[in-house]
Formats: sequence, C-alpha cells, structure tokens
Amino acid sequence: MIAIVDYGVGNLFSLKSSFAAIGAEAIVTSDKAKITAADKVILPGVGAFEDAAKKLRESGLDTLLTQLAQKGTPIMGICLGMQLLFDESFEFGTHRGLGLLKGSVKPIADVIPADLKIPHIGWNALTFTKADCPLFTHIQEGDYVYFVHSYYACDCTADTVATAEYGAPLTAAVQKANVFGCQFHPEKSGEVGLNILRGFCEWEGKA
Amino acid sequence: MVTKRIIPCLDVKDGRVVKGVNFKGLSDVSSPVELAKYYSGCGADELVFYDITASAEGRKLFTDILTQTAAQVFIPLTVGGGINTTADFERVLACGADKVSVNSGAIKNPNLIHEAAKLYGSQCVVLSADIKRVGKQWQVFAKGGRENTGMEAISWIKRCTDLGAGEIVVNSIDTDGVKNGFDLPLLSAVCDAVTIPVIASGGAGCIKDFITLFETLPKVDAGLAASIFHFGEVAISDLKTTMQQAGIPARK
Repeated sequence: MIAIVDYGVGNLFSLKSSFAAIGAEAIVTSDKAKITAADKVILPGVGAFEDAAKKLRESGLDTLLTQLAQKGTPIMGICLGMQLLFDESFEFGTHRGLGLLKGSVKPIADVIPADLKIPHIGWNALTFTKADCPLFTHIQEGDYVYFVHSYYACDCTADTVATAEYGAPLTAAVQKANVFGCQFHPEKSGEVGLNILRGFCEWEGKA
Repeated sequence: MVTKRIIPCLDVKDGRVVKGVNFKGLSDVSSPVELAKYYSGCGADELVFYDITASAEGRKLFTDILTQTAAQVFIPLTVGGGINTTADFERVLACGADKVSVNSGAIKNPNLIHEAAKLYGSQCVVLSADIKRVGKQWQVFAKGGRENTGMEAISWIKRCTDLGAGEIVVNSIDTDGVKNGFDLPLLSAVCDAVTIPVIASGGAGCIKDFITLFETLPKVDAGLAASIFHFGEVAISDLKTTMQQAGIPARK
C-alpha cells in the first residue's frame, strides 16, 4: 500500500487516480500510523516552499518522514515535494527543508537565459544521468514529461538521475538509496508518467 | 527544450461536447470523457474543458464529467466557464482540474486573478480573453463574445498578468470558426506585451495553420482548437509529425 501524504497543499485527486490506473493501492492520508504502515510514501506538493515546510513541521510529519527515510521506506517527492527533500530553499528568503538530500533549491532565473519564460512550464525531454534508476525501468531517455516550476534543485549532482534542458540542464529527477524525487508531475505526464510511477511501485531494493 | 503544446478544447453543455461557429449555432459532438481519453492517447499535450452550461443541474453534470475525466486522463486539464469566485476555483480544482481559466469573471472583478494566484499559485490561473477588432483597436468582449466591454485588449492582458495570471489564452473572435488561420497580428501584439505563456486560439483550419503560427511567432507556446480535432479534419498525431518535420519542437 502506498501512502500519499496529505498535509494541506494542493489537490491529490489526480495522483491517487494515477496509482489506481497502474493497479497500485494508494491512500491519501495525514494519519501517521497509516503513513508508517505504508510500503511506500509519496510526498506531493504545489505552491510555496515556506508554507509547505511550515505545514510539515507543524504537523510533525517532518520528523516522521525523516524516520521513515532512515528506516529504509521508499519515499518519493513530487514537484515541491521533491524540493522539500533538500537541505534548504532560497524561495522568498531562506527556508529549511527535510535535509534528506544534500543540495539547495534556487530560482531557475539564476541559470537560464533571460529570454526564456518563467515558470518552466510544459513538456520537456528527460536526459538520464543515471540510466539504471528504478524510476526509468519502463521508460526511455528522451521521453517527455510535464513540468511546472520556477525553482530548481542544485548542488545535488551526486544524486541527480535525470535532467531536462531549458537553457540549462535543470534537475528533473533524483535518487539517493530509498529517497526519490521528480521535479515534473508524473501524474500529468501521460503514459510515460504512469510508467515512472510503476517503476517506483515495483522497486524492492534496500537502502 | 519545451515543446509547443497542442490543446484540444471541449465546450461542454449538459454533459456533452459542443462547438459553435463564431460562438453561435452550437452542435452536439460527443462524450467529453471519451473524447478526452482519445485525445490523450493520440498525443494532445493538454485539454481544456469549457463549461458553457448555465443551470445548476448542468454545473453538477459538468463536475461529474470532470471527475470522471481526471480519474482516467493523465495530462494537464484546464477548466473554464462560469468561474466568478475563488469558490468556483475550489469547486473545479477538487474535481481534478490543474488550471482554471477566467474570462468574464475577471472582467467583472479583476481582483479575482490576484486572489486566486495567491491561493493556488499563478501557474493555476489562466486568463482567457475573447478579442475582436473594433475600428483601429482590439477590444475585449465578455459573456462568450456577446458583449463589448470597450476595454483595449493589450492593456487588459498586461493588467491581468500584473495581477498574477500565469498563462493567457488569446481567442480571436474575428478568426474563430473561419478556419483560415490564427490571428497573427493580434497574437504578435500580445507576445510583445507579456512574458507569460501565450496560447493561440481561434482560426485553425488545417495543419499548415499551426506550422505558420509557430514559425511566424516563435514566442507562441501553444495552439488551441476544437472542431477541427473533434470532426477529424486534423489528426493530432499527423499535426505533431508535420511539426517535427518542420523543426518545431513537438512531443509524440
């Protein structure tokens, strides 16, 4: 069973439906016992980093997620959920993340040419930096996924498994042992996205 | 590099897809859920559902259809029509919409854009503008193109982007339904005025019209159309192939 962590940011209907579409049982919950009992955990998120990090902290879910990550439970952050896995973000100030991954979150404006639009929105192709990542079991390099973001994870080369070219190679997916993250929205990326979720669901590796 | 998006638009009334020519003379086409699945399967990059229902029963039917679609179709869904308050945003976002487009609701209360952007993020707020040439000016029309607001279009669009709109659908009333190509002068003026993604709507009659659009105006991010897709005059897979052959980034 997969627990999609509900901490009050964004609507999780599509995410839940996308797991149903690949035959995986998923629940949307904020119940710590249910999250602890889950085989795998999804940390979703849209909106502002500061607000989301605050909600995680106030609910005590930050501590729980850290414990589960240390215990070896596979965890995948999606979009802002991926950014929250990192040490810190510079989105409107400096804010602490979960620190499960080394690196920080900065404006894409810092690295892309000025004539490119922000946010980075739309379908972009994945370039694998670690092709053997379990997320990629059922997809190919060059497959398109759907992005919507204005900030990106950086200083995380060691854990980056895929990038997307948008005037600069932006971090698209990360993995460190049992901790995974996608900057894009697999639940909005058609068949390719479903296949990425399938790869995560099927992964039985140990930390 | 980000691909140019191709977006079929489904006008939904009482649970069915309809499409009019110049907004009049609506004709029934097909089931929204089935059409959405079909389009997703043949490479549509995104879908727009416009709720043109007026009644409360129709509204309920629409949200039911939206929920069914979002449970089965895993590409971005934009919803528009009858969005006047942040409660309306909430209503459709809860059914699985990713973006919400505002038109007449923003004309009545421009601050709706600001409020919604603050609550849900700019990426969620799409300004849809129905624009028609009146004399030497482009003007904004409300209520499905029936009512001239007298507002100059480019300044209206700029104002809305300042308020927090994250994307703009430019719908030319002059070219809509004519099938003789997009309104390139209008789109060019909008592209020069804003930095947010611009979605061209109104006038596509064949594949060549999309090629001309993206080649003439590289700053346009997406092309939207309805009946030419619904009636099979343009197959999205053929359109994508032709785009790729022309060197226009397209996802297949």
